[in-house]
Amino acid sequence: MNESETPYGSETVWGFFSKKERPGQNMGNEENKVFLKLKGIKKSFGGVHALRGVDLEIREGEIHCLAGENGCGKSTLIKAISGVHEPDEGEIWINGEKVEHMKPIDAINRGIQVIYQDFAVFPNLTVAENIALNGEVKNRKKFVNWKEIHQIAERGMAQVGAELDPDMPLEQLPVAGKQMVAICRAIVNDAKLLILDEPTTALTEKEVGKLWEVLRGLKKKGIAIMIVNHKLDEIYQIADSLTILRNGKYISSGKISEYNDARFMKDMTGRDLVETKYDPAPSDEEVFRVDHLTLKGRFEDVSFSMNKGDILGLTGLLGSGRGEIGEALFGITPPESGDIYLNGKKIEIHSVADAIKNKIGYVPEDRLTQGLFMERSIEDNTIASSIRDYFHGMSLNEKEMREASERWLKDLSIAAPSIDPPVRTLSGGNAQKVVIAKWLNTHPKLFILNGPTVGVDVGAKAEIHDILRGLAKQGIGIIIISDDLPELLQNCNKIVIMNKGKVRLVTDNKIDKLSL
Amino acid sequence: MNSKKKHAWLTSNQMILVYIIAVFSLIVGIRQPAFWDFATVLNTMRAAIFTMCFALCEMIVIISGGIDVSFPAIGCVAMYVPMYIINRVAPIDNAWFAFGLAVLIGLAFGLLNGFLVAILNLPPLIATLATSSIASGGVVTILGTREFTVLPSSLQAIYNTNLITYTSPKTGFQYVLNVLVLVPIIVCLLIAWMLKYTMLGRGLYVIGGNKTAARVAGFNVKKLQFAAYVWSGVFVGVAAMIYNILMHSATTSALMGDEMITIAACVIGGVRITGGHGGVGGVVLSVILITLVQNNLNMLGIPTSWQRFVVGIVLLLGTIITSWQTKRSMKMSQA
Ligand SMILES: Nc1ncnc2c1ncn2[C@@H]1O[C@H](COP(=O)(O)OP(=O)(O)O)[C@@H](O)[C@H]1O
Ligand SMILES: [Mg+2]
Repeated sequence: MNESETPYGSETVWGFFSKKERPGQNMGNEENKVFLKLKGIKKSFGGVHALRGVDLEIREGEIHCLAGENGCGKSTLIKAISGVHEPDEGEIWINGEKVEHMKPIDAINRGIQVIYQDFAVFPNLTVAENIALNGEVKNRKKFVNWKEIHQIAERGMAQVGAELDPDMPLEQLPVAGKQMVAICRAIVNDAKLLILDEPTTALTEKEVGKLWEVLRGLKKKGIAIMIVNHKLDEIYQIADSLTILRNGKYISSGKISEYNDARFMKDMTGRDLVETKYDPAPSDEEVFRVDHLTLKGRFEDVSFSMNKGDILGLTGLLGSGRGEIGEALFGITPPESGDIYLNGKKIEIHSVADAIKNKIGYVPEDRLTQGLFMERSIEDNTIASSIRDYFHGMSLNEKEMREASERWLKDLSIAAPSIDPPVRTLSGGNAQKVVIAKWLNTHPKLFILNGPTVGVDVGAKAEIHDILRGLAKQGIGIIIISDDLPELLQNCNKIVIMNKGKVRLVTDNKIDKLSL
Repeated sequence: MNSKKKHAWLTSNQMILVYIIAVFSLIVGIRQPAFWDFATVLNTMRAAIFTMCFALCEMIVIISGGIDVSFPAIGCVAMYVPMYIINRVAPIDNAWFAFGLAVLIGLAFGLLNGFLVAILNLPPLIATLATSSIASGGVVTILGTREFTVLPSSLQAIYNTNLITYTSPKTGFQYVLNVLVLVPIIVCLLIAWMLKYTMLGRGLYVIGGNKTAARVAGFNVKKLQFAAYVWSGVFVGVAAMIYNILMHSATTSALMGDEMITIAACVIGGVRITGGHGGVGGVVLSVILITLVQNNLNMLGIPTSWQRFVVGIVLLLGTIITSWQTKRSMKMSQA
């Protein structure tokens, strides 16, 4: 009669839409002892108030989820709990005992183990060493006893339920494997509270399922678990209780059963974020059209058109040709035949230069490697595709460049103190906005986005959708390539479904979301 | 599972080096039957002493995630200064003095490297380049550029002590192997043990693999970095004095330029340039291979003027194989 044992597959189905009974709801953790209690934690860095009074309570044998938009202070809170940052104000109680001036080693000795997003593992060492080494350092060992290292590793893997080859170099494991190793390491170091910072970002669905299984096993052993996550469906799957932060402030906390989609969104973003379906005013003014577009082996005979105000969704399975059409229209792999019309004028696209000349903008799927210079400033990235506009004779007009970048920073509400920090320091959503700024600064007439909100949190996702809707209304053709069906249904008034390189269906998206 | 492990072992970096050494020896041996003689072993060992010593310095630094291009300059100072003092200031005829001063000089520059890298956080290449210039420029400015070719009798005595004397039955020539060959051999064993069985050794791999994680885990990253550079400085002091004894020559530039072949020897031996990988076994094999090629090209009828070129090709091939191995290892994680 334990709901949490349901196979993963069925959970996803109801996780997102329904409000049926969820795991944790009837777990009755009230009797469990409180392991960690925070009262009014405050922390600022210079002028930045990262935490402005946060309360938190985590019980033994409970999976507690910490949610909030990027930059709201989740990681800072974790660092306060683990002794990395000492809070400016507030109390930390561990196991009923008030702890002052906690250092990382004190936190570890009290059983607090954090698994950061990069797992802090050693890619060049074996699985066994990765699991056992930290403990050996802690015990101030001078020599290495390999037999002991293997025993510790085997014990950790048995407790966690991980099956890994102890002699495998860690760099040969997939991300999920490295994460398992980090969990095993935390367990052999006597974790009483296991904290995971955004553990599912780099995992496949199947791996997430395995992770939940492991965490539920640990929970049964009485270990308290805190997960930082902002994906609603995943929170429903795993959490017993939830705490939401916004702008460094404590907003709400409670059993997972006390939350629904609307409250969750509202608490996270502070707005009533029921995204309305995009429904532009009808128009006869054609913005963009392709006829019989073909690139052998990729896609064939693709035709569609968009009018002013339209946002067109392009979807289909991976390999259906959806991504390839985007790359073709931007001239990366130009089409072999077919006609392209932009604003009623026939254009030729044989190269990226042609696409840029015709004012087509493209946000690639993998923005980290293709769309951004991570080490360069927001400004450099913003003007990267329009730098020619700022040449006056032989010199660059720095003032205009700054002004343009600052304008986009404001218009797209990119959360950054100025246009100077490198893009690397931004969250996923804000980095994505910089890519969008870069192309908007070229004043495109057609804007193609491949997976525009992958890795972006709910609030920023809604903002990006708003930006795109605004652009469409101004008469810019917007094409969203995505496999995120709810996103397309909500934001596109026209959807092209591809299969094996051919257009299977063009709909004007009047279907109701639940009838799909 | 087991056959997979066996396959991995058979195609490991070290085994590939063994194959290449075997094939090269076979080719030379077919062209020149004189190659099949114990003398070849002695010649190779004698010629490999310096490269091996330098590689033992560089290897430790690279494993720790750094690089040291200053050891040739440090070595030159470490052998030149004692010889200058003995010859021109005070005739202190004592081997302990010569080695001791060489070690102290190496220690001083090793500490300087450690300070620049661990405390000032300079990129290791820049830091050790700076140290190299300071060491080299300093000694030339202060003590000039002489060459000392006569050893004091205490060092000459070491030169005259041979471990093995062998007369080839084929040619009748006499071959000797100096007792100093024991230094790299013993140090190889010590380093191999240290790297595998002490927390100091594991710590060097750990900081070469992920410095942040090392700090979080409680390793003293700065101390470990210091250890690597100090070791490199100290041992290159010893190696340089060995060079002085065996070559009867101490100059301010004798070792300059050796850093390239040494780094190459490490990389071919499986010490990844990015840190955290490799060990003594691979480096020993790689030094043997490089020495064999350098020593025996003339036996293949390749003119000496081509030697640098051929050695370059061997280095290139070796590096390609290692980087291919690295990629293969990384790729497995995608599977
Ligand atoms: N070491 C630091 N110095 C200055 N500002 C910081 C530091 N760490 C975090 N911040 C700021 O504190 C805020 C919260 O950051 P963080 O805790 O990382 O958010 P989250 O993990 O929820 O995305 C952000 O505005 C961030 O820029
Ligand atoms: Mg964070």
